[in-house]
Amino acid sequence: MNWILLIEQTLNGLQLGLLLFLLAAGLTLVFGIMDLVNLAHGSLYMVGAYFAATFTAWTGSFVYAVVLTLPATLLVGAVVEIVCLRSLYDRDHLDQVLATFGLILFFNELVRLVWGPAGLSVPLPEFLSSSLELAPGLIYPSYRLAIIIASLLAAFFLYWLVARTRIGMLIRAGASNREMVGALGVNIRFLFTIVFGLGAALAGLAGLMAAPISTVEIGMGENVLILAFVVIVIGGIGSIRGAFVSALLIGLIDTVGRAFLPDVIGGFFDDEFADAAAPALASMSIYLLMAVILAFRPEGLFSARNG
Amino acid sequence: MQMIRFGFIALVMLALAAVPAVATAIDEPFYISLFTRMLVLAIAASSLNLVLGYGGMVSFGHAAYLGLGSYVVGVGFYHAANDGMDWALNGWLHLALTIIIPGLAALLIGAISLRTRGVYFIMITLAFSQMLYYFFIGLERYGGDDGLSLWYLSDFGSVMDLNDDSQLYYLAYGLLVLVLFILYRLVNSRFGMVVRGAKSNERRLMAVGFPTYRYRLVAFGISGAICGVAGFLMANQSEFVSTSEMHWVHSGDLIVMVVLGGMGTLFGPVLGAVGFLMLEQYLPELMEGICHIIGGNSCGIAGEYWKMVFGPLLILIVLFARGGIDGLLQGKVGRNV
Repeated sequence: MNWILLIEQTLNGLQLGLLLFLLAAGLTLVFGIMDLVNLAHGSLYMVGAYFAATFTAWTGSFVYAVVLTLPATLLVGAVVEIVCLRSLYDRDHLDQVLATFGLILFFNELVRLVWGPAGLSVPLPEFLSSSLELAPGLIYPSYRLAIIIASLLAAFFLYWLVARTRIGMLIRAGASNREMVGALGVNIRFLFTIVFGLGAALAGLAGLMAAPISTVEIGMGENVLILAFVVIVIGGIGSIRGAFVSALLIGLIDTVGRAFLPDVIGGFFDDEFADAAAPALASMSIYLLMAVILAFRPEGLFSARNG
Repeated sequence: MQMIRFGFIALVMLALAAVPAVATAIDEPFYISLFTRMLVLAIAASSLNLVLGYGGMVSFGHAAYLGLGSYVVGVGFYHAANDGMDWALNGWLHLALTIIIPGLAALLIGAISLRTRGVYFIMITLAFSQMLYYFFIGLERYGGDDGLSLWYLSDFGSVMDLNDDSQLYYLAYGLLVLVLFILYRLVNSRFGMVVRGAKSNERRLMAVGFPTYRYRLVAFGISGAICGVAGFLMANQSEFVSTSEMHWVHSGDLIVMVVLGGMGTLFGPVLGAVGFLMLEQYLPELMEGICHIIGGNSCGIAGEYWKMVFGPLLILIVLFARGGIDGLLQGKVGRNV
């Protein structure tokens, strides 16, 4: 086996996993605290990517685009929460699924109206467009490394915010008993808006970081959203720690599986079968993992209620 | 109110029965294919209604069974066309397999998914349907991403010819009536009572001694099998099989149809499927028309972006008209119906 390729694919998997974590963290926070299933979370990811494309074109700098995109997606999230989602908190999950499904349709059309049906591409920022030699023979694009570092920083920030600050204390309290938090005089509606905006900003961050290495297009958030669902189902809904662990797990298995499964299957069966089966099996692997984990732990690896 | 409701439903069913004759008379064959699609989706929505409306299981993955059913036809066609296996086009075989394979898949997926509750269930059914979606994209042999065009349809010998649009339409109509009859008998049987009871209070039913998991699982399997039959019809109607039918957005569309028509009512999903496709077909024209009436310019755009109205419309239906069309017919408006 080729070690350099393995390390490279592991880094790719880490990067995918961390991006998924940024999405899943917002989803799991919103679910844990507001008890809201938000299908439109992927739309915020898409909106983040489109904002990044526009702001990069306006300012000519990816860094300025980052600085502008984060508050912009936070604002979009807050507006969506106030206008639409606020009235859904006390509804059952089916209502929430339907209404946020409607939001997806709305956002896709809105983006098509504003930015047009064609996909956009965002140029790599100048200072990150080179590659680094991490070890002899191991050359890795510096932009992808930057994604890993930035996502880790965001994850640490989230940890600090939730575990060490007053607002984080309220978030944790809200997750375990929101009626009681409200009864103690905390402005729970404002807290919800903040949390939703925070989740939106994290999704926007994931979208803007993914923008230069993928095409910015309508519907880009929907496939990622399903992966994020798998992540939080495996991790245990409402648990940020669970989301982190399972996001890395999913990212690694998906990436490494796609890279090496054809070789592994080719070792056992003839080539024709391996060529036909490997891509199909590789794309199924994370769902099979989910099925296995849920068969043993229906509540996910880390349940929010006990850890 | 009940009279109005039954009258309306009878009227819709009668009108549906007359579609091919009317479409031929006014020389608009397009209507036959539009209404065949309505019937097909009505069957699919009815199957979802069994688990969603009567059983309270929010399955967000029913497009997978629809897709599996259509792939039975597609795979049969592929081998008949490329390997000379003529028996693989046999319509009766297709029909049997579109019941068995999606049914078994639903039993498997249900066996794992039903161990969980609430949001977990929604997300897991969604994830499994995506798994099947990617599985078929990975199968290059049967077209992968591009899908398969069917040159030959399911072959029923001298009994009927599915190339004739009217015959296909009446097959779909007959199957819809049959499905509705089966569902009617099912939900009013002892089995149906348990499934419905498990929706309102599962713990109590378990305490009485019913193994609710098994009842729900069987209901889930039956639902998948019925949905597979809709897939069989869909493949023969569109003469094309592709993974796009399995995309999760279509699972969402099916839920919308059930809720739009009225959950947990026998004819609700039929009304919902008809209403949904009517909206899809005529909302663009309607918006363009309204735009002209209020004197806007470049009204073509208004029609093109109809989903910007459809999305919020969906939210409003959820918020203010939970009973759907059937609820309106019964005179129930508002959220607690």
